[in-house]
Amino acid sequence: MAESDRQLLEVRPEALLEKVTELKTRGYRLVQICSTTLKDCYEMTYSFSIEYDLLNLRFTVKAGEKVPSISHIYPSAYFYENEIHDLFGVPIEFMTVDYKGRLYRTAVKAPYKLKQEEEGGGPK
Amino acid sequence: MSTRSVVPFGPHHPVLPEPIHLDLVLEDEKVVDVIPSIGFIHRGLEKLVEKRDFRDFVYVAERMCGICSFMHGMSYCEAVEHIMGVELPPRAKYLRTIWCELSRLHSHLLWLGLLADAFGFESLFMQCWRLREKILDMFEASTGGRLIFSVNKIGGQRRDMDNAMLHGFVEKLGGLEEDLKGITSTFLANSAVNSRLKGVGYMTKKMAQEYGVAGPFMRASGIARDTRKLGYDAYGDLNFEPITSTEGDCYARTQVRVRELFQSIDLIRQAVAKIPEGPVAVPIRGFPKGEYMVRVEQPRGEAIYYVKANGTKFLDRFRVRTPTFANVPAMIELMKGCRLSEIPMLILTIDPCVSCIER
Amino acid sequence: MSLFTFAKTEFHNLFSRPVTEQYPQKPKQFKERTRGHIENNIDLCILCGMCARKCPSNAITVNRAERTWEIRPFSCVQCGSCVENCPKKCLSMCQSYTRPGPEQTARLLRKPQPAAKPQPAAKPKFSAAPAPVGKSAS
Repeated sequence: MAESDRQLLEVRPEALLEKVTELKTRGYRLVQICSTTLKDCYEMTYSFSIEYDLLNLRFTVKAGEKVPSISHIYPSAYFYENEIHDLFGVPIEFMTVDYKGRLYRTAVKAPYKLKQEEEGGGPK
Repeated sequence: MSTRSVVPFGPHHPVLPEPIHLDLVLEDEKVVDVIPSIGFIHRGLEKLVEKRDFRDFVYVAERMCGICSFMHGMSYCEAVEHIMGVELPPRAKYLRTIWCELSRLHSHLLWLGLLADAFGFESLFMQCWRLREKILDMFEASTGGRLIFSVNKIGGQRRDMDNAMLHGFVEKLGGLEEDLKGITSTFLANSAVNSRLKGVGYMTKKMAQEYGVAGPFMRASGIARDTRKLGYDAYGDLNFEPITSTEGDCYARTQVRVRELFQSIDLIRQAVAKIPEGPVAVPIRGFPKGEYMVRVEQPRGEAIYYVKANGTKFLDRFRVRTPTFANVPAMIELMKGCRLSEIPMLILTIDPCVSCIER
Repeated sequence: MSLFTFAKTEFHNLFSRPVTEQYPQKPKQFKERTRGHIENNIDLCILCGMCARKCPSNAITVNRAERTWEIRPFSCVQCGSCVENCPKKCLSMCQSYTRPGPEQTARLLRKPQPAAKPQPAAKPKFSAAPAPVGKSAS
């Protein structure tokens, strides 16, 4: 995604809250939180924007690894995080509003999660 | 000490265009909390991308939603074209712009009709949808379908609109513009309608920035941002400015959407005057590898499409962040503290497209 | 703010014909490009199965062994992908929509076996040489 109006930064999961607070003070707005199921981990992408510029933060988490919520910094983030929790099964902790898995009505819990978790082979 | 009661709203309700469930926690007549529950239209379309050839997935992407259908298919194609490094011919870009603006017209007219129905003005609802039929006839004449067009493909468009058809459309839009002036004066000037819209659902500019909302919902609170200014497709060649209002209530949002109707007709006239001759598609070879994010201005606001490809014919990920998804947290916040009778108006004011939230 | 903004439209509607079409008494006028349903010219079809592979909703089934081509019109989304990808151009998109019915019927087309070609007359294995003139059985 190499264009002048967008950039992609790799961050460590531990440094996520610090970076997000920095972006909030600089006036960025939250655009989306996306999760992609790769072979053995989830790739999280957080997109922020100021005016028409786009900035993406990216890190990967293994199955079962907890992710801190950014809803204390950006109030609307809880909706995206609840969706990721409901569809992918990624445990996100300390959300301001936590629907405990009842936001999405699906017949199967976490339909998009990793295959190894389904077969019970993933770490708990 | 007043007691709290929970009133379920939806999934079936006369004002809702699509099913969504809200649990309204009431204290007497006032709403104190709203708990949403979605999933009635969840079809797992984002997971389906792993099972359909990326060239055939266009047909799935455009069926995510009936109202925003064209732009879903178009943006998916744009993301894949960008990853593959395909340069579209200029005529294809102009055709996409014209169809986008026609989509915006039909979507806003649909919303105006639903709004009129929500406050009980059924004749006005029918008039709006009668005018919308003229646009749907244009769609059927040019693409073959009234709502789902199937004209996008990776590399361009499957159909062309020749100059005779385009000039015919511009003429019809001229007549439509006259009818629209009559209908929209009822929305903006009629005192009975105004009493239902003014002062309802006020959102400050600070709250709009805080909650990251999109579209006319945001522009009615004074933020002048329109993703079309990025210049994708032919928008870079067209002359327009984002339409804003500073009042931030339901009336301001109606005003913004009405003005966008006339702006869309003007943009179509500009595009038809400037459209160049040439082919409408280029052949594509190989498979995409890489990732890209496309941002477009849907009728409801800014939509982000993220495509990740791994070099095979199945894509890794296709993620859509639709404007209604971004507007829902702010809508829930607006509902807290309002009366029960204002709930339908507040839901409609964000122009909800629930198929887009759930995909 | 005024009270009579809608009065002009109301008055006009009171004295003009209704806009609603009397369908189905008056048949629907389709546009030239309307995507209604798929037809297959089975005589030209080579049963390659390309249409079945390309269909996004798996509405077409091709069985080469039994020489049949089947479409389920209630699964078809009228995208036109099969028409575009058919190598023999035997598929076409027609204008009228599938008629509603009490159950989801499928349309099966059977490709007739090619007529057997007439076999040429069998030649004898050894052609008997004509008896030489002059030689006679004694």
